[in-house]
Amino acid sequence: MKDKRTELKVSAIRSGTVIDHIPAENTFRVFAMLNLENSTDHVYFGTNLESKKLGKKGIIKISNIFFKPEEISKIALVAPHATLIEIRDYEIVKKEQVLLPEEIQKIVKCVNPKCVTNNQNVPTYFKVISDHHGKMKLACRYCEKTMSMEDIEFV
Amino acid sequence: MIHLKNRSLVSITDYSKEEILKVLDIAEGFEKDQRQKILTNHVIASLFFEPSTRTRLSFESAVQYLGGSIIGFASAGTSSVKKGESLKDTILTVSNYSDLIVMRNPLDGSARFASEVSPVPIINAGDGANQHPTQCLLDLYSIRKTQGTLENIHIALVGDLKYGRTVHSLVQALSLFNATFHLVSPESLKLPSGVKKWIKDAGLEYYQYTELSDVIPVADIIYMTRIQGERFPDPMEYEKVKNSYILNNDILEKSKETMRILHPLPRVNEISEEVDDNPKAYYFQQAKNGVYVRQALIAAILGLKD
Repeated sequence: MKDKRTELKVSAIRSGTVIDHIPAENTFRVFAMLNLENSTDHVYFGTNLESKKLGKKGIIKISNIFFKPEEISKIALVAPHATLIEIRDYEIVKKEQVLLPEEIQKIVKCVNPKCVTNNQNVPTYFKVISDHHGKMKLACRYCEKTMSMEDIEFV
Repeated sequence: MIHLKNRSLVSITDYSKEEILKVLDIAEGFEKDQRQKILTNHVIASLFFEPSTRTRLSFESAVQYLGGSIIGFASAGTSSVKKGESLKDTILTVSNYSDLIVMRNPLDGSARFASEVSPVPIINAGDGANQHPTQCLLDLYSIRKTQGTLENIHIALVGDLKYGRTVHSLVQALSLFNATFHLVSPESLKLPSGVKKWIKDAGLEYYQYTELSDVIPVADIIYMTRIQGERFPDPMEYEKVKNSYILNNDILEKSKETMRILHPLPRVNEISEEVDDNPKAYYFQQAKNGVYVRQALIAAILGLKD
């Protein structure tokens, strides 16, 4: 009898980006956020995979796409411990952890419906802060409300 | 050097401790001599996108005492906002007609935005549920006036500590002056954790109570606020608490001789009318102090006092 396969084999990508160590519950969020459902290139993803660091993790491999800094900031907001691996010609040319910037501009909506940014043509602007439990939060420069990462909605 | 000239005031946290004290010192000068006609060549715009009695009249009174001219509107209905004009366009237009803009607007963060687009300084007279820094300055003025100092005050904050913006600003400001906070509120209207963090970050202490009588003997200042029925998700709960924080002369028996009662007003029933004649009542004088403080702010921002 043949050995049962215990791992899912996914083709290596020739060129593109691998996003590893996404919290499993946010895999689809990252997927949607990066608009990958409209991609015409190969995209592979897995979720609820075993991870020593996260318990359960997600991973996404995208052919022929390299992310701009503002897209990396977006990833960092929902997957702060994600690793971004850049692959060219089957070789890893860069591997880095995403970094949450100190300020987030334009990409996130303010959670407060009465905030001026939700009622006038004002681009959003948040400072990344940590609350008294050390949890990361976004503080709106305008209405001064803070929001949890779970409440994030992109513009 | 303290430079308030040409600087907008949006949030009390825009000012350092020294800058706050500077405004209070200038305000003291106006209390001694209110009719200083130093604003005769200036035009102040007063843009009230939502109705307000106290704040608007207090600002307009401040400008009149200084001999300045005032233009503006008292509700959005009488402005071009009704025609769909954006806040940015209104501010840019009015800045052509005035040296300084005093603005109240129902949107949270509108004042910060206005200060970013306006070529003339903005004084925030209340932006929605967010900030009301001139109320905070007049509260500080009243505390200093009645206690002789702002340092090491024991302040009891009573009522709606969750939504009351004046309470939040006052906590932020008094955290600069080594205050001790006694927080009295129903369970559902406790001070938000983000505001408590200000106290902790400043290395100061706060104590939480549900009974008003517990704080009476320890307080230097009792800061009363109105509990609004519409804040309660459950009307039953409002019925339970609405009469639990009423200050009357009986309760005040146990208070310190030097204690004074503040209230941002309007009051509903949280301070019995009998207290008005008690020497410890200070809320109407507090409202009067608002004029001196607003005179001081306008003068400092226009560079007419330093």
